[in-house]
Amino acid sequence: MIEAAAALARVDFGPVRLTVALAATTTLILLVLGTPLAWWLAFTRSRAKPFVEAITALPLVLPPTVIGFYLLILMSPTAPLGALWRDATGSTLAFSFIGLVAASIVYSLPFTVQPLQAAFDAVGRSPLEAAATLGASPLDAFFSVASPLALRGYVTAGVLTFAHTVGEFGVVLMVGGNIPGRTKVISIAIYEHVETINYTQAHVLSALMLGFSFAVLLTVFLVNRRFPIHAR
Amino acid sequence: MHAEQTEQTLAFDVRLSFGAFTLDVADEVPLAGITALFGHSGSGKSTLLRILAGLEARAEGEVHLAGTTLQRRDGKGFVPPHARGIGVVFQDARLFPNLDVAGNLAYAERRSRTRDGRLDTAAVVEALDLEPLLKRHTATLSGGERQRVALGRTLLTRPRLVLMDEPLASIDGRRKRDILPYIERLPQSFAIPVVYVTHSIDEVAALADRILLVSEGRRVDSGPLAEMMSRLDLFPLTGRFEAGALVDCRIAGHDTRDQLTDLTFDGGQLAVPLLDLPVGSEFRLRIRARDVILASEMPGDLSANNIVAGVVMAMREDTGAFVDVQLACGGTTLLARVTHRAVRRLALAPGRPIYAIIKSSTIDRPVGPAPRR
Repeated sequence: MIEAAAALARVDFGPVRLTVALAATTTLILLVLGTPLAWWLAFTRSRAKPFVEAITALPLVLPPTVIGFYLLILMSPTAPLGALWRDATGSTLAFSFIGLVAASIVYSLPFTVQPLQAAFDAVGRSPLEAAATLGASPLDAFFSVASPLALRGYVTAGVLTFAHTVGEFGVVLMVGGNIPGRTKVISIAIYEHVETINYTQAHVLSALMLGFSFAVLLTVFLVNRRFPIHAR
Repeated sequence: MHAEQTEQTLAFDVRLSFGAFTLDVADEVPLAGITALFGHSGSGKSTLLRILAGLEARAEGEVHLAGTTLQRRDGKGFVPPHARGIGVVFQDARLFPNLDVAGNLAYAERRSRTRDGRLDTAAVVEALDLEPLLKRHTATLSGGERQRVALGRTLLTRPRLVLMDEPLASIDGRRKRDILPYIERLPQSFAIPVVYVTHSIDEVAALADRILLVSEGRRVDSGPLAEMMSRLDLFPLTGRFEAGALVDCRIAGHDTRDQLTDLTFDGGQLAVPLLDLPVGSEFRLRIRARDVILASEMPGDLSANNIVAGVVMAMREDTGAFVDVQLACGGTTLLARVTHRAVRRLALAPGRPIYAIIKSSTIDRPVGPAPRR
């Protein structure tokens, strides 16, 4: 008991704080950016839809190292994007927290867009047409009708995006490296602890991740079951 | 005021194709009373309604509402549905499931075009008897209740025109009759004209002042209801076997001893089974063509109570045993269905004076509101 408390005291919680900050930032940005994309995918009649859907789903099937590799290339100061960033801010995009956020947005995109698209699909055109004939502009109808009806989709998208970002490893390793306080997230910290045969600390962080992941999934399933759509 | 009233119409000339089907309809509908947009399933009437509401962005042509242009031939200046001031009551009601009944009404009221003292939530709740429903969730409402709420919600946007898309199609027969009076009263109570899409000739007869007949995506004809319903050439569309004339009547008196009500109409008198309506009430009756007997002379002793003098106006034969005969009785048009043999025996031809005999027992209960003229 005392031994366990001592082990807990020796654990560096910096990676935990950093991971939460990264996941929260990524989730907020993705919910905002993912909404118009998911909306377009749900309601468009464009022939480009399957292509956009395939691109959106790519991060699900690509090895994280492949995504990380391309992102690293894009962010390097010799590439246009990386150069632009360096000229504007004076620092490189790769191996920075903002670079990690950008990478996580790409990596977790499908986990936001797919639940939202499914939710908007389920809402359908009918209530939006009804709102329009009641005098609601498209933006008004989105906030007053579509969003409340798609609330479950938002909860699912938010929780899954957060959890998936917390669990990322390969992309972070490629784009962020292992800089304490800047890019050293939990999964990287665990990897390092195992590499240096520091199993006690690896145990603590791994158990934390296990408990967190289970809690997240439980939340998703409970919410999807317990959310009466006509809740006021 | 009167000069303006000549512009009080909904005028349109619109086209929309999907697959092999093309809708192409032009007409001008007065913004008064209830206009039935009538046609069989697949005739394009619901699509036309959606075009008028602005819900079919692909539609070509023009739409003008009381002098305001909503859609132009060149495709510019398309007014989106939320800015048209046209309310729509959908067949499936489309109440918002995340709000209760009061919430649905408030949603519309907040987005209302204008302030109008006559048309506030209290007045609408009262007119549609919504008070007991206000706290209910929409999922717990019956089909008829849902449509009443949808109607109230639409009224609260204070629309210039209400379009109704088969609002009674998913409600069973007895409940339908409960809702009809609410719809029927709209034009007078709130001074809002209605275009009412239906494929039920009974609903047309009960509600409409005018009818626009649509078939296979084309306008067949439009005009005042009674005139259109007695037009022989429209029978294939208005319902061959339930063909009948609509007669606007007034109650002259009740005969409680014989359990009969005496009616007058422009063309004669009728006695019908006792009606529970005050003397002086005006309403509309439907007399089916197959219930009318023709006689060349005024009959003597006859059990039938109703004998109406008239003149044959037109006749329409078909390949079967029957001929439909259109009669002018005063200012009212009646229809009679007789056999070819009877036509020869009575020498029926346009211009021939004739007597129409109608048994009291065959006359339906009132089908519609007081005539609005």
